[in-house]
Amino acid sequence: MIPAHAALTSSLLYLDGVSVSFDGFKAIRGLSLVIAPGEMRAIIGPNGAGKTTMMDIITGKTRPDEGTVMFGGSVDLTRLDEAAIANLGIGRKFQKPTVFDFHTIEDNILLALKSQRTVARTLFWKTAAVDQKRIDEILGIIKLGDARSRLAGSLSHGQKQWLEIGMLLAQDPKLLLVDEPAAGMTDGETVETAVLLKEIARDHSVIVVEHDMGFIRELGVKVTVLHEGAVLAEGPLDQVSANERVVEVYLGR
Amino acid sequence: MITRFLIQGLDKRGLTFLGLLVALAVLVPFANLLLPESSVLHVPTSTMSLWGKYLCYALLAISLDLVWGYCGILSLGHGAFFALGGYAMGMYLMRQIGSRGVYGNPILPDFMVFLNWHELPWYWYGFSSFPVAMLMVLLVPGLLAFIFGWFAFRSRVTGVYLSIITQALTYALLLAFFRNDMGFGGNNGLTDFKDILGFNVQAQATRAALFAMTCVMLIAGFLIARGIVDSKLGKVVIAIRDAESRTRFLGYRVDRFKLFVFTVSACMAGVAGALYVPQVGIINPSEFAPANSIETVIWVAVGGRGTLVGAALGAVVVNYAKTVFTSGFMAPYWLFALGALFVFVTLFMPKGILGTAQDWWDGRRRREPAAALAEPAPAE
Repeated sequence: MIPAHAALTSSLLYLDGVSVSFDGFKAIRGLSLVIAPGEMRAIIGPNGAGKTTMMDIITGKTRPDEGTVMFGGSVDLTRLDEAAIANLGIGRKFQKPTVFDFHTIEDNILLALKSQRTVARTLFWKTAAVDQKRIDEILGIIKLGDARSRLAGSLSHGQKQWLEIGMLLAQDPKLLLVDEPAAGMTDGETVETAVLLKEIARDHSVIVVEHDMGFIRELGVKVTVLHEGAVLAEGPLDQVSANERVVEVYLGR
Repeated sequence: MITRFLIQGLDKRGLTFLGLLVALAVLVPFANLLLPESSVLHVPTSTMSLWGKYLCYALLAISLDLVWGYCGILSLGHGAFFALGGYAMGMYLMRQIGSRGVYGNPILPDFMVFLNWHELPWYWYGFSSFPVAMLMVLLVPGLLAFIFGWFAFRSRVTGVYLSIITQALTYALLLAFFRNDMGFGGNNGLTDFKDILGFNVQAQATRAALFAMTCVMLIAGFLIARGIVDSKLGKVVIAIRDAESRTRFLGYRVDRFKLFVFTVSACMAGVAGALYVPQVGIINPSEFAPANSIETVIWVAVGGRGTLVGAALGAVVVNYAKTVFTSGFMAPYWLFALGALFVFVTLFMPKGILGTAQDWWDGRRRREPAAALAEPAPAE
């Protein structure tokens, strides 16, 4: 299969025939997905479609029962654990914003900042001027520069989402997995988040999982629809939302 | 680099604590050795040794706070590391007795002669040397913590399950050390010590030196713990406590960080145990009792976990209370008092003495400037 091989080597992320089941329930069945370098992709699907499980597989939290998961055309992600995958350059933002509540906003970014993650290096770490500059830059992008020394636990829900996006930026990953970034946000915040993500997508590959159709439209990227653990449709949003099967799944006809 | 590491995060509270310890290390031995007994400022030797014991507990409490307060690992077996450090010191002290034992055997400690042993077991070799024994004080608890942590943290055992297996660890050691054929004196443990580094352990001057040494080690332990929690590693460790899987997704190998603090903490507990033994004059298997480890948790909770200074404070306060309670007519009620204290602190002072005091202080400071602004200046 030469075409498949070509798809693999030119891809950033390559999933083929991935299946996983929990206690007999098949959360993912034969999922295949290819993300090109620099691409931004939106993934939608009803509850239980396997979106979060897919992210768990990519980030090493869950091991697939079968199938191929390759990163950068050559690294087999199914053999690595979370920390190794994160250090390869795959960053993840969770659905529920998870920041370190008892650290300041600045420290949250510092912890995420790309650096050697060994015990010795962190024990004797000294923040260099370049690192500080990068932290300031990110705080500016996520509009939290004035709040830098506040505890992250005191932020509003929307601000926490941004802080988490800021932490992703600090990690400087090759691929960002963003789970429902607009959940629980006001309309204004949703629009700003879309702008922020588009900015990030200029020099990173991004996978966005979202429920909010308005938000997806705002992003204006290729959409993959998941249903019962497999790809149901793929293409531009207008084309996908005209697809009868998609309408059926979403509206439950 | 080391100096910066040790002093980078010292705040007012830490400096006060250090100042107090330095003052204790100098003044108490001075008041004991040089002031006449008739002086009101004279510190009796028994009081000094008692406070030396409290300070050993304070070091143990700081070591527990490092893993529990900062890394969220609730160890219910820290007494095991304390006791192992104590046994290493006890073995050195036993070898120093030489032929002055009841049976007069120049090599074998009395209990071995009593058991009809003819040779020193291999694991007693080297303990006649002070440097070797001191190395073992660090190495034995450290190694046990490393091996135990290696398996526990890699298998991602957390929370209550981890607490239970640490408890099982110390209980297993308790049972093992009770056995005579383990070669650690069984039920009676190690006692009847004579010399430490050639000085009589009972002598007043030796006791004063041991007290001062305990202060010095407490200072060192505090500085190391402070340095760790104020470094970036400390931030990672707090991140692990608050959101473990998030930290993992940032690329930190959570198990290695836990293993590091757990091992350092165990070494620190070992040192505390080693200082404790010559001051109380005995080490026996009851030091492994699970209740001891649980009591340590109470000290830290009472003082305020995640503060280091609070842990030390809690250890001293609770043990002072214990001394007062268990020596008078209230003696039968001590355990009830301890239990009530733990319930009270958990319900009403979840941040412990130090955390509660800090909140009160911050609140007052915030109110004062606000009040000053609200009140218009009196018209002249």
